Amino acid sequence: MTDTAVTLPPQQRFAQMAAFLRPSQWVPLLLVPCLGIIVFILFWQFSASRIETSLGQFPGPVQVWEQLQNLGAEHFRERDKEVAFYQRQEKRNAEKLSADPQAAVKLRNYTGKPTFIDQIFTSLVTVAAGFVLANMIAIPLGVLCGLSTGVYKAFNPIIQIFKPVSPLAWLPLVTMVVSATYSVEDPLFQKAFLNSAITVALCCLWPTLINTTVGVASIDKDLVNVSRVMALSPLVHVRKIVLPAAIPMIFTGLRLSLATGWMVLIAAEMLAQNPGLGKFVWDEFQNGSSNSLGRIMVAVLVIGVIGFMLDKMMLTLQKRVSWDKQAVLR
Amino acid sequence: MSIKYLDITGVGIEFDTNGKKYRALQNVNLKLDKGEFVSLIGHSGCGKSTVLNIVAGLHQATEGGVALEGKEVLDPGPDRAVVFQNHSLMPWLSVYDNVALAVDQVFRKTKSRAERRQWIEHNLQLVNMEHAMDKLPGEISGGMQQRVGIARCLAMEPKVLLLDEPFGALDALTRAQLQDSLMSIQTALGNTVIMITHDVDEAVLLSDRIVMMTNGPAATIGDILEVNLPRPRDRLELAEDADFVHLRQQVLEFLYAKHDKHESQAVQSVADSCAQLSAIPGPEKSVLSSSGTQAA
Repeated sequence: MTDTAVTLPPQQRFAQMAAFLRPSQWVPLLLVPCLGIIVFILFWQFSASRIETSLGQFPGPVQVWEQLQNLGAEHFRERDKEVAFYQRQEKRNAEKLSADPQAAVKLRNYTGKPTFIDQIFTSLVTVAAGFVLANMIAIPLGVLCGLSTGVYKAFNPIIQIFKPVSPLAWLPLVTMVVSATYSVEDPLFQKAFLNSAITVALCCLWPTLINTTVGVASIDKDLVNVSRVMALSPLVHVRKIVLPAAIPMIFTGLRLSLATGWMVLIAAEMLAQNPGLGKFVWDEFQNGSSNSLGRIMVAVLVIGVIGFMLDKMMLTLQKRVSWDKQAVLR
Repeated sequence: MSIKYLDITGVGIEFDTNGKKYRALQNVNLKLDKGEFVSLIGHSGCGKSTVLNIVAGLHQATEGGVALEGKEVLDPGPDRAVVFQNHSLMPWLSVYDNVALAVDQVFRKTKSRAERRQWIEHNLQLVNMEHAMDKLPGEISGGMQQRVGIARCLAMEPKVLLLDEPFGALDALTRAQLQDSLMSIQTALGNTVIMITHDVDEAVLLSDRIVMMTNGPAATIGDILEVNLPRPRDRLELAEDADFVHLRQQVLEFLYAKHDKHESQAVQSVADSCAQLSAIPGPEKSVLSSSGTQAA
């Protein structure tokens, strides 16, 4: 039972936590994964020292660590510059106004180059927007497809045809359509952001849609009959029976779609030069300095770590909302 | 003929699986009085559950129909609550919430929030499950789950309580306990009950009448046995009671001597024609005491 920790009296709970802090508890747990990482780093170092490229030696762990620090430092330098810029602007304007209260004062935005860390946040916001947009369509549509064979049969051919299409094939179309239709004076979103988010949405759609459909369609027949006997209204039926029953499958779909969405986003940013981690990688590649490969390698690792954390986040969320606390989730 | 409480008339059903027609039931006639406890017994696959599902409104009869208090049954509804074989509680709702789901649906307009809460607790007390109100179905035993399933149905105050092999998945001791609980609840509340069972002892112990079904395809009612044992019934006393033993013997004879699953088609056709010409006494009727409810 997983809920023993909750039912234990506080003293025992504390004792349990204290026991976990003892090295004998966690050292064996961490030993094997650490060993794996150490072997990988050694192998990386060994092979990197043997690969000569036109941009210099392939970066080993040490160079990548240096570049990571550089990228962090660059970010804070850039932030300092931004703060200084606004301070200068304010001071200049104040002087102007004190000399002549009628003077026209100009406020300019700082236009510095986005740093690595800025690009990470841009990518995260974009993937979140695309993911949410896709699932706002996919979950309700999946529930409908699962509930009604008719709706399923109507949508199935379309789903089957569009599912295998790489969203990158959509990218030019999305770009053209967005620039043709989204022409507001003072746009809330940048066009590049919309392009990337819609492209991500186009690939996030399918795993959630298909898994939700299967989850809803495979609800225990007896539970559906119970609902019919109670004469539950369709809305209550969906809320109280369909959604809780389909939660495990919906989350399988959500996790798959977030993972593919993250992968596709990086590619889309590289291809379309939309701001984000993908653009960072491409810019560094075009830059071609001796540090470029190291900086790209930092980006590769960061992309991996973020992808891993996104999945962990979904898993934690799944554990929270899932009723079956005994289920083994991985 | 006066209008009976529950009236199943000439019910037959044909299933269409991939273009192949399968006739499961033919000419099923059964009439129930209010407060009567009727068991349906027969070999597996004979269509007992189908009869129950038609009464519940979960299946639509191909011909014939069911009327409850003179009104035709077309849809499933809470006035014909069903207890399914494997409890069918929502695993994500607590015991209390499972019953509340039904109570809130049925009494949303007629009972206040406090009254509903009381009514839920009352029904859980009836089945001795008030101690586990906050547990999830996965945390209680199979027998307890089925108790909650029964409480959920009782809480809907159904006109007819339909039990689809309610104790089939339980061990013998738990089953006996639940049978006793069901018997005392039914005596106290006077529910009208149709129960499907495989268990001959269970049928004789609980029922006012036992409806014995012939084997499918085109299954129908083979015979109906009146159980005139006085109530309250006690399983220990009845075990050696001559009437009880005799009734039990009659059901066994029907099931294993006349309608053994592996018997020849000849017997089947006799049973069919017997059902169709129900006014004429068939071969079974000369042996068993027929209640005559089959007469259309």
